[in-house]
Amino acid sequence: MALDPLSDVRAAALASTHAPDLRAPRSLRERAVGALLAGAAAVSVLTTIGIVVVLVREAASFFAEISPARFLLDGEWTPLFADKHFGIWPLVAGTLLTTGIAIAVALPLGLLAAIYLSELASDRVRRWVKPALELLAGVPTVVYGYLALSFITPGLQHVVPGLAGFNALGAGIAMGVMILPLIASLSEDALYAVPAALREGAYALGATKLGAVFRVVVPAAASGIGAAAILGVARAVGETMIVAIAAGQQPRLTLDPRVPVETMTAYIAQVSLGDTPHGTLEYRTIFAVGLALFLLTLALNVLSHRLRRRLKGAAA
Amino acid sequence: MTTPHPSVAPPADSAGWLRTGHTRHEAAFRALCKLAIALPLCLLVVLGGSLVVEAWPRLGASFVTSYPSRFAESAGILPALVGTALLMGLTALFAIPLGVGAAVYLEEYAQKTRWSALLELNITTLAGVPSILYGLLGLELFVRVMDLGRSLVAGAATLALLLLPMLITVSREALRTVPRELREACFALGADRAATLRRVVLPMCMPGVLTGIILSLSRAIGETAPLITIGALGYVAFLPTSLGSAFTALPIQIFNWVSRPQAAFRANAAAAIVVLLVLMLLMNGVALWLRKRLQKRITG
Repeated sequence: MALDPLSDVRAAALASTHAPDLRAPRSLRERAVGALLAGAAAVSVLTTIGIVVVLVREAASFFAEISPARFLLDGEWTPLFADKHFGIWPLVAGTLLTTGIAIAVALPLGLLAAIYLSELASDRVRRWVKPALELLAGVPTVVYGYLALSFITPGLQHVVPGLAGFNALGAGIAMGVMILPLIASLSEDALYAVPAALREGAYALGATKLGAVFRVVVPAAASGIGAAAILGVARAVGETMIVAIAAGQQPRLTLDPRVPVETMTAYIAQVSLGDTPHGTLEYRTIFAVGLALFLLTLALNVLSHRLRRRLKGAAA
Repeated sequence: MTTPHPSVAPPADSAGWLRTGHTRHEAAFRALCKLAIALPLCLLVVLGGSLVVEAWPRLGASFVTSYPSRFAESAGILPALVGTALLMGLTALFAIPLGVGAAVYLEEYAQKTRWSALLELNITTLAGVPSILYGLLGLELFVRVMDLGRSLVAGAATLALLLLPMLITVSREALRTVPRELREACFALGADRAATLRRVVLPMCMPGVLTGIILSLSRAIGETAPLITIGALGYVAFLPTSLGSAFTALPIQIFNWVSRPQAAFRANAAAAIVVLLVLMLLMNGVALWLRKRLQKRITG
């Protein structure tokens, strides 16, 4: 059937001059490389499975000794003392308190920054403000811990009477500065995704710039801003070094920001620093706390993800 | 990238329920916004200044070349620096093939199936897991089950897993910058996926991938919590001799000094922080320089 007997030869010659190595033997190499790469991708799945298995297994042996009722109903957390109590609420309270302070700092500032960058600022201003804000997220958390302990808390002690050297307030403020860029940049994305037609419509109805921002753009972006805030909460809940350094290590069922508290993460770090032997009940407590931490951050992340997806669906 | 909406401007004369802000109000609101941005930045500048002032007396050659000591004045960060360098090298060795490989798989090989959707979801989930939980995984898996002990290699493996989600994300972004037409042209020349990847796609996206790798590592260099959890030591008076050695790292050393009540050790912590931040700035600088250089080579 060959109309041109030379065509195959020519094609081969062409291929060999222009792309000599591209015609190496295919299927085997192709499949091998594909399998190798799929293996690399599978490692990330194995990591997730590994985290869940490790936490669940050790936590299960913890709960075999300490009933979940004692974990959830006791109001004291003293597993390292002679008089042992295993109520997680003091750690949860410490976590919520520092996280609450962080969000109280980061949400208003981050939202104002986002509105400014998305709706009001000129291109030139945005170009240097955005990287400057990103810088805040790049500072290692151990450094924020040091700053909170050595500078923020002593500074606050002039203003807040009765503020202890270790406290939730200083740690919370440092954590707020840390998560501010995250909230600002995700909120800005949400504001920016609001179609220009909505703004134009508002202006056509006689809106001022601020009227359009607050009555139209911000409400339209509400679910995205909510997603940003929740992600900020998740980040603050999981943050370890700032609270381990500056918030103290005293589990305490309180919402007083002036006294030392301990968060779930700080407890895990505290036990890891000591020489708690493997297989003891004390050792297993960190996995029980870790499991609670994992479930809490997972729930927050899923919620945030859902909100963001809804936003995307609405914009499309 | 996003830009503001310059074409849309409110009419000068406006009325109705939307008219919540006059020009005066807008000026006030603009000022408030600027304050919200300036406040945290100023705080950081002031705190950074105090940090350098505190660190200044300790910053000298002997600080970098000495071992830690009970006496704050003669203590140094040599084991921590060496530990951090080895840790970063090993972490890169573990993380780069896995991270870039997974990214290539997702962008170039995977069909849009349930499996790839699961992978996507999994990476999002992993990115949200607090770093200290990676430490618990490392403690059980690497330190105990694989019996690596509280060693450099266990620390690096833990950090590598922690880095994976970020590394995969930045590598995928770099891969997406390679135009689809180039791949199609390759296939038209008879190349298979592997050859296309090696000859065209990877060389083209290399600047982006490298930049992403260095930026990810500059994040990992300050990670403290997972290393504490797997049991990196705060006081190490020797240099690591093998991959199985006990080790310390710069952030661990900082944490150790911060936790001591004496003011002299706080000054040491401040000085070590300055060193850590300088290292991070250097890495970021190298990333930017590399991106510029390699981009030039490819486009021109």
